[in-house]
Amino acid sequence: MTLTFLYLWFVIGGILAWISGRWSKNFPRWISLGFLSIHMAVLIIIWIKYLAAQSAGIQSGPWIMEINVPWIARFGIHYSLALDGFSLLLIVLSNFLGIMAVAASWEGIQYRIGFFHFNLLWILAAIVGIFLAMDLFLFYFFWEIMLVPLYFLIGIWGHENRTYATLKFFIFTQASGLFMLLAILGLYFVHGASTGIYTFNYTDLLGTPMSGTTAFWLMLGFFIAFGVKLPLVPVHTWLPDAHTEAPTAGSVDLAGLVLKVGAYGFIRFMIPLFPEASFSFAPVAMILSVVGIIYGAVVAFGQTDLKRLVAYTSISHMGFVLLGAFAWNQLALQGALIIMLSHGLSTGALFILVGDLQDRIHTREMGKMGGLWDTMPRMGGYAMFFSMASLGLPGIGNFVGEILVLFGVYQVSVTLGIIATIGFIVATIYSLWIIQRAFWGKNTQSWKLHDHNPREVAIMVIMVVGLMWMGLYPQTILNTSRQAFKNMRQYVYNVFQPYHQKSSAYQVNPARDEMTEKSLNTAQIKPKDGDQK
Amino acid sequence: MTSENFSALLPLMVLAATPIVIMISIAIQRNHAISGVLALLGLLLAFISLAYPLLVPPAARHIPPLLSMDTYSVFYIGLMIAASFVLTALSHGYLENYEGRKEEFYILIILGTLGSSVLVASTHFISFFLGLEILSVSLYTMIGYVRENEQCVEAGIKYLVLAAASSAFLLFGMALVYAELGSMAFPEIARRLGAPGLNTMLILTGFSLIIVGIGFKLGVVPFHMWTPDVYQGAPAPVSGFIASVSKGGMVGLLFRLFLEYHITQYSSIVLVFSIIAIASMFIGNFLALLQDNVKRIMAYSSIAHFGYILVAFLAAGNMGIEAGAFYLTAYFVTIIGTFGTITILSGKEREAEEIEDYRGLYWRHPWIASIFTIFMFSLAGIPLTAGFIGKFYLVAAGVNSSLWYLVIILVINSALGLYYYLKIIVYMYLEHTNEAESAEKAAPLPPSVSVVSGFVLVLVIFFLIWFGVYPQNLMVIIKSAIAGFGYAPMITAGLIP
Repeated sequence: MTLTFLYLWFVIGGILAWISGRWSKNFPRWISLGFLSIHMAVLIIIWIKYLAAQSAGIQSGPWIMEINVPWIARFGIHYSLALDGFSLLLIVLSNFLGIMAVAASWEGIQYRIGFFHFNLLWILAAIVGIFLAMDLFLFYFFWEIMLVPLYFLIGIWGHENRTYATLKFFIFTQASGLFMLLAILGLYFVHGASTGIYTFNYTDLLGTPMSGTTAFWLMLGFFIAFGVKLPLVPVHTWLPDAHTEAPTAGSVDLAGLVLKVGAYGFIRFMIPLFPEASFSFAPVAMILSVVGIIYGAVVAFGQTDLKRLVAYTSISHMGFVLLGAFAWNQLALQGALIIMLSHGLSTGALFILVGDLQDRIHTREMGKMGGLWDTMPRMGGYAMFFSMASLGLPGIGNFVGEILVLFGVYQVSVTLGIIATIGFIVATIYSLWIIQRAFWGKNTQSWKLHDHNPREVAIMVIMVVGLMWMGLYPQTILNTSRQAFKNMRQYVYNVFQPYHQKSSAYQVNPARDEMTEKSLNTAQIKPKDGDQK
Repeated sequence: MTSENFSALLPLMVLAATPIVIMISIAIQRNHAISGVLALLGLLLAFISLAYPLLVPPAARHIPPLLSMDTYSVFYIGLMIAASFVLTALSHGYLENYEGRKEEFYILIILGTLGSSVLVASTHFISFFLGLEILSVSLYTMIGYVRENEQCVEAGIKYLVLAAASSAFLLFGMALVYAELGSMAFPEIARRLGAPGLNTMLILTGFSLIIVGIGFKLGVVPFHMWTPDVYQGAPAPVSGFIASVSKGGMVGLLFRLFLEYHITQYSSIVLVFSIIAIASMFIGNFLALLQDNVKRIMAYSSIAHFGYILVAFLAAGNMGIEAGAFYLTAYFVTIIGTFGTITILSGKEREAEEIEDYRGLYWRHPWIASIFTIFMFSLAGIPLTAGFIGKFYLVAAGVNSSLWYLVIILVINSALGLYYYLKIIVYMYLEHTNEAESAEKAAPLPPSVSVVSGFVLVLVIFFLIWFGVYPQNLMVIIKSAIAGFGYAPMITAGLIP
């Protein structure tokens, strides 16, 4: 029941917000905020209970909660939702960024407010659904439905070139999603043929026996869908357009949540369902992610449009996530999760900053900026902080995540680990570039702007606190997600190990790296010990 | 014929009697409302009487040699009667604006439904042809119903000429098959196909010519030339009728003739259908991309959609037939809703067919635009709509039969198709054109929502979302309907050339 509540609450809230938009401009905003806050309260209660149960050593089954009832019996489709530490954290992130998005568009959005908040809440509903769905059909259902409100959000409230951007975004993601549908159906029939049970249930489909070629093609279907969302380099071209043309709230949702959905898919579905195929494909995927890390950063540096620059940095950061996912050891996975969370916050904050800036100077061209620190010291300071977060300054969440991923990747491939580290250097360049071009230097256009107002400061402060928390005490997050990753790795181990006794670089055995994890967990939370650069 | 046979045929008889009743009522007193109500009553009665064929024992449902009112026929006939019901209700609003004679339209629409129903129930070339001609003749008149409109008459004549030609092909094909096999009854044909020493070439030519006739009615490539002009020229409810009832009847027959009686055992026939399916999907979608007229877009999109249905047809097996029936139902609901909305938006002088008519519709009429958006999403196959489950079913059937290349083409086309559905949606959510611009253009059409059409559209939306969210009921119904699909005994001896 609680699980249904977690997404249905937003569905209801969205409809109420839409209707209430008829009477007042403020109703939809307050309704959205109210619904989000209540949702957050429920999440925090679940979270605290879970952490308490963890520390007390009470662990009942792999899920914190689950629900499973028949839905479309003809195909063996179940309405199956489940929550574990991994999805819980991502749902908390979704809600958090939802609140930030509402707050950030409090003044920026002045027309069709009801419909705007409807779309905003429905995006969240679909994303929460994706994180909860444990039936592949249901997963695909939420996956596709997420596009519609996002499409409206960008298409109606976006900037100049929005029609082109939305079409590109929609067609890219839809087409790739359909390949996933093919793969899901392929898996369904393969499983049905070999076991006689036709089901879309995730846990039942784990470890489906199939030939190497079949597994490869099915894996590829998932890979394309998640790769487009993440996005991976050859299929990333929708991202800069969509991010740039989206309104602030849309960019926050896109960068903070939609990209995470792709990463979540890799970790939750693709690798556990097709461990063999995934690991044999891993070199390609990891090279692609390293290419993404470097390419995203280099192209970001070349941008003159500030928002586009931030968009490209996402490609770079998400490369680390994919790298971590394919390294598939506890460290790398935990790291990937922390990057997902902290990237959501830092990039979300940067997009909000760019939005604030655009509201004031009506341009995103960095050529027209410069010297803004003098007129807006508060905004400059926050921009500084989030740029530092983006370049991976120790003490901020992004650093913890990226360093954990690198630790994990070193165990799998030293070369890739080293090349990925170069990403840090390029990240430093573009992050400092933002500050240099926009906030320092000469105020050539003689801007006289009003600085952040209390609402905007509040948003920024909350984001800063979140990032600092993850940077200084990531243990909360590590504790919450540990068991979830362990379970997934156990499944994979069960399937993978019999064929690979002398497991290669992959430490698929969860027991083996318990030690490393413990020693590192205690070591790395003192970030002041050293800057890796 | 026994009395049980009669009660099995009751739905068709009610359908046949209704036009006569309307004709008499017109002779007594011309009244638009009365004719409309009589038509709706007749359809309702026919729908209720569909229970009769289900009540008689299965053996009595077959009325050899011409018809078979098995559960499969009952499902399709029910679907078509329901579609006609909705279209009749929508036509009422449309005809209110028309100044000529309105009442005869109802006679035609019900005759068309009768033709389509006979088509589905037929198990013999004669009933096949009769059904087809009843349908076609009523369509000629319906398409050209608004005689004052040149485009409308042009469309009617175009359809008349091409349909007559395709009927000739069909007849010739039937004659060839008859010449070789000596029978026109489907079960007998299926039986005799197994006999040794047949001239396969002649049979294949015969069936190919039959495919021409079927392909024309379905509007699939390369027999699609008429679709855009006719869709555009015909009154909006009639376009809806062509897209749903007329094509649906033919799909019902196609599945029955070729699958129940195993004509698809010939690999060359399968090849022909594969080529038709692929060409329809690609050409339909590509040409739709280039259009700026919503009715033409719908025409090309219907070419593509029937290409999709052919994938289910080629997948065959119970799953394929179920997928075809489900997809068709979903498509019916969606396309009727689409043309229903176009009907509502159309004014006295012209129809809302240019994409410009939809500019900023959401800001002028949020409800109509929202409803139309849902229809577009259903056509594109986005979740929460029937179109999504339909597409899922099709892909599942294709994957089940390992038709990978067809399924991948379907997927690519589905993405292509998104572009033009989204284009329409984009227009609806664009800003108002500014004052100076809009002064030059014609004022936006005022929509005419009557109580009936409004209610009907809400009903359609209700089904659309029901089938999209909880399709289990419909799947169960289809499954039990397919159970009546009595596969003829398969005889393959030395057939495949």
